[in-house]
Amino acid sequence: MKIKKNYSYSGYLYILPWILGFLLLQLVPLVNSFWYSFTNFQLLGKAQFLGLDNYKKIFLSDAVFRQSLKVTFYYVLIAVPLKIAFALVIAIILNQNIKGINLFRTLYYIPSILGGSVAISVLWKYLFMNQGVVNNIIGRFGIGAIDWLGDPRLALGTVSLVTIWQFGSSMLLFLAGLKQIPVSLYEAAKIDGAGRMRTFWSITLPELSPIVLFNLIMQMINAFQDFTSAFIITQGGPLKSTYLYGLMLYDQGFKFFKMGYSSALSWILFAIILFFSSLTFGSSQSWVHYGDAK
Amino acid sequence: MTRPKIKYSRILAYVLLIALAYVMIYPLLWMVGAAFKTNDEIFGTISLLPKNPVFGAFKAGWVGTGQYGFSDYLKNTFYMVVPTVFFTVLSSVLVGYGFARFDFPLKRALFAIMLSTMMLPATVIIIPRYIFFKNLGWLDTYLPFIVPAALGCFPFFNFMMVQFFRGLPLEIDESGKLDGCNSFVILKDLLLPLCTSAIFSVIVFQFVWTWNDFMNVLIYISSVAKYPIALGLRMTMDISTEFDWNQIMAMSLIAILPPVIVFFAAQKYFVEGIATTGMKV
Repeated sequence: MKIKKNYSYSGYLYILPWILGFLLLQLVPLVNSFWYSFTNFQLLGKAQFLGLDNYKKIFLSDAVFRQSLKVTFYYVLIAVPLKIAFALVIAIILNQNIKGINLFRTLYYIPSILGGSVAISVLWKYLFMNQGVVNNIIGRFGIGAIDWLGDPRLALGTVSLVTIWQFGSSMLLFLAGLKQIPVSLYEAAKIDGAGRMRTFWSITLPELSPIVLFNLIMQMINAFQDFTSAFIITQGGPLKSTYLYGLMLYDQGFKFFKMGYSSALSWILFAIILFFSSLTFGSSQSWVHYGDAK
Repeated sequence: MTRPKIKYSRILAYVLLIALAYVMIYPLLWMVGAAFKTNDEIFGTISLLPKNPVFGAFKAGWVGTGQYGFSDYLKNTFYMVVPTVFFTVLSSVLVGYGFARFDFPLKRALFAIMLSTMMLPATVIIIPRYIFFKNLGWLDTYLPFIVPAALGCFPFFNFMMVQFFRGLPLEIDESGKLDGCNSFVILKDLLLPLCTSAIFSVIVFQFVWTWNDFMNVLIYISSVAKYPIALGLRMTMDISTEFDWNQIMAMSLIAILPPVIVFFAAQKYFVEGIATTGMKV
């Protein structure tokens, strides 16, 4: 006997909080921010309609925007793939009947609980400063002090390390996915005489590809908006080499209170995120494998 | 002939995992050690353990600015985090139940909208929301954190609860109906007791996220009297000289302890919850 769900309007009652929240705190703000982006809205005073002026200014004459966009792309391009690759490799290693898997899983996951916090950013600043621990350690190996945070070529990499350090959350997802792969697939591969690498490329990776896609999209959305670590560790410097988009949005909106201009910037970021998410989704048809019976 | 080869690769795996674990945890261990070191020792050595542990850093750091210290910041953080977590649980359970167990017009469309808001970047709506809360007179209060939680504005948790409810057999609801229970009683008495692992996952995630949140507190909380620990820590860092390193490390340590404690306390349920819903951002 198949039991049917309640067909009842009381369903609306249960989802009412979300409907209100969606309308008041997501949809209306979204429309408003779109409207602001065409105005010179500042915190005080009336907003004046400017047409496309904000956007024109951003694209044609805002050098800071260009710098920030460049830095953000580098950051997303460094941090996201490395984080996911790390998570995947470690999950696969952990999945081979490793003793103490719970301990390893917990140890690798802890940074994900702490990573976005001010405390960790402060810690990072101390670890990588000139007289910091990292330079002390490499000094023991005869390597001279490296200016991790002061050198514009290195600072972004140092900040990205905080993000990559938090690979544990993606790793948990991969581990859950690995458990779902039918053992029969591996047995069949063994009978066919497939080696380790072959098995990885033909079975493990295709079976995990939906999770790779999910991780890629969510991590990308987050990385494009990252704020805390760059704000605390380097304040966007040196020479704006870690001036992530989130920092620019904050400065324009909440430091200079140019809320119209900042809204325009945020819609550009939104468009960029949408573009890359759809690109990833679009490409996924050729590399994501969905199980037939799932 | 293949046996020794397999063993060799296993040993390699363990060496790799242990080395990685050490690298991953080293910064945290160093932080713990530094909190108990004198400032001279922090600079000079790379050993994790302090030679003569001192506790002065905790005492000196705890005082904060004098007028407001870390006891205030901690208290404030709890005032902000606990209601936010509570209302997140409440709203996500209700919304999850509504979507998972009822059919009503436009349900599919509404559900699709909810899922798509998971990808809505927070930065796009942050300014209008700020204006909205400002007009309501909610700046410098914790309402900008609590109210969105109560109104289910964390689609991730709603979705998690939908997935979880879908995994519970409909027979439970049916038996409740036969006993004459209304839908709310079915939720409260029959389904909720089965949701512990999912609810613990919501609690852990939301606790940790709100605790660590920096951008929003930076925007909404302006008076030091209401500073949560993230802002208190940042202020301490800004006003201190480099002679106060151990104090800052001691206070950072205190700042990361509650999320870690919550995680370990709920770890069992939490891992279960991830396994059943198969999700974590």
